[in-house]
Amino acid sequence: MEPMTGTSFVVFTALKVVLFFVLLLVFVAMSTYFERKIAGFIQNRSGPNRVGPLGLLQVAADGLKFILKEETEPGGANKVFFFLAPVLALVPATVLFAVLPFAAPLPTRWGLVEMIVADVPVGFLYVLAIASLGVYGMVMAGWASNSKYSFLGGLRGSAQMISYEVALAMSLVPVLMLVGNVAMPEIVSAQQRFAEGTGAYGAWFVLPLMVAGLIFVVSGVAETGRVPFDLPEAESELVGGFHTEYSAMKFGMFFLGEYAHLITTAALITIFFLGGWDIPFWEGDNIRVLADGTVIGEPAWWKTLLTLGSFTVKSLALVLFFMWLRWTIPRFRYDQLMDLGWKVFIPLLMGYIMLMGLAMYLLDSWGIPSGLKYSAALIGLNVVLMVILVWVVDRGSVVKGATARTRRAPGTAPARKRPVAPNEAD
Amino acid sequence: MPGSVKVVVRPEASASYVRAISTGLGITLKHMVKPKKQTQQYPDEKWDLSRRLRGTHRMATHEDGRAKCVGCGLCPTVCPVNCIKLIPAEDENGERYAAVYEIDEFRCIFCGFCQEVCPVEAIHLGVHYENAEYSRERWVYDLERLTEFEHPFTALWDPFDPASE
Repeated sequence: MEPMTGTSFVVFTALKVVLFFVLLLVFVAMSTYFERKIAGFIQNRSGPNRVGPLGLLQVAADGLKFILKEETEPGGANKVFFFLAPVLALVPATVLFAVLPFAAPLPTRWGLVEMIVADVPVGFLYVLAIASLGVYGMVMAGWASNSKYSFLGGLRGSAQMISYEVALAMSLVPVLMLVGNVAMPEIVSAQQRFAEGTGAYGAWFVLPLMVAGLIFVVSGVAETGRVPFDLPEAESELVGGFHTEYSAMKFGMFFLGEYAHLITTAALITIFFLGGWDIPFWEGDNIRVLADGTVIGEPAWWKTLLTLGSFTVKSLALVLFFMWLRWTIPRFRYDQLMDLGWKVFIPLLMGYIMLMGLAMYLLDSWGIPSGLKYSAALIGLNVVLMVILVWVVDRGSVVKGATARTRRAPGTAPARKRPVAPNEAD
Repeated sequence: MPGSVKVVVRPEASASYVRAISTGLGITLKHMVKPKKQTQQYPDEKWDLSRRLRGTHRMATHEDGRAKCVGCGLCPTVCPVNCIKLIPAEDENGERYAAVYEIDEFRCIFCGFCQEVCPVEAIHLGVHYENAEYSRERWVYDLERLTEFEHPFTALWDPFDPASE
């Protein structure tokens, strides 16, 4: 079956845009509900349970409230940027979804429909480019609000986002080295099982690239700006951070943007490290559309549905994990956040990329074709690296008091003297 | 020494981010899967109140519905915050009654002195606490409202039965 062209392509693309956008918004709305439910359960509460059965209509009530509330605008705010910021916070998170493959291709009478809104050949670069746009909303909101809290939130946000962007992009370099392609569907099919030597590894990349996966997940949390990396918001320090001055639907857009970002990050982790829409231990869903239009495998509508379900389950499981994480650990201090990004992740990833490159070079030069054996060797190497990382590198590095970092060596003079109060000078 | 600070010795040298966070995740997972809910669904479930809770006032009445108050003036005298307004009157039989009896529940500190001092056991505090209103004026309870209430009277503390059993 041929990939479609012409009018039917336009019609189906429009359908996909509408379908996926609506689905995304539904999931965003529902995730706000589940976040509050999970928060409730973890803190021995019930969570929302007043509006509708099990509190499910809470989402609608919140939405209505966002629309009906008064829109305030701080004096001295830069109007243009103040209005533009919420848009810029919400749009990149949703637009990112355009290049994510959701499911196996769907065969129709008019041709094969690829379940991806825009199959951009450079999908990967698009992801990185759009993901880094998210920071503009935050910075603009912080600057335009004309408030010190917003400003500090925006400053923190920009520094944090830019720092973790580096780690985020670098942790994807090993994935690119394995796949050898930047098209998103290719990254998914490289994690499925095809004939040996065709660039497929038969294992989700979270196994052969465990360390990169871990760092990608942590940097992803930092990119979404959630606990433990929620310094741009930091309710306990900065009132509401960059969106302190926002009210009504403008705040609602920041809120939705945060959850859209969360779901997008979960979807990205799913695609890069959890096999995308692949169903584990089943060969039937291994469908691949090559660049010249030939199709490997047998597409079927029920396979499309199953793989869509698989993708949704994986992504939502990750979303739940992030929520679980949020209500478990406290916020990092700012210097700890920067240390983790610049002094731990980036050097770690540099070494890791070198090591994985070497391992891949050796495996290639020994003539091992891409496939199960290849990934088994990488899995072995990564398990060793993970053990070293968790039990040796990550030892004695937990959060210390601020004084511990400048603790002087025994016998040396104190760095700073405490000023002596007049009444204790004698 | 007035108090001491508990210093927690943390095993910093052997601790790790990944392991510490997974321990924390384990603890929260236990709560998430099996929440020990502490929430009371308030308007549906209510507190088991003590018989001695000192809440909203209530005036005791005779069988024919008249308030028991004889307008002696002891309660406005004893009231530490002056929240009781009493104007006594005398009827044709020469019996005294309260022509005006108002309690400002905003000023009241619910000390219960009025109940203790009342010689005819007319004014009482009650085991009742839900008295939200839409206007401030409604918080001044007049005699009519005080007699209409049906909640139980507050039990006074009895020195011979300190646990009120």
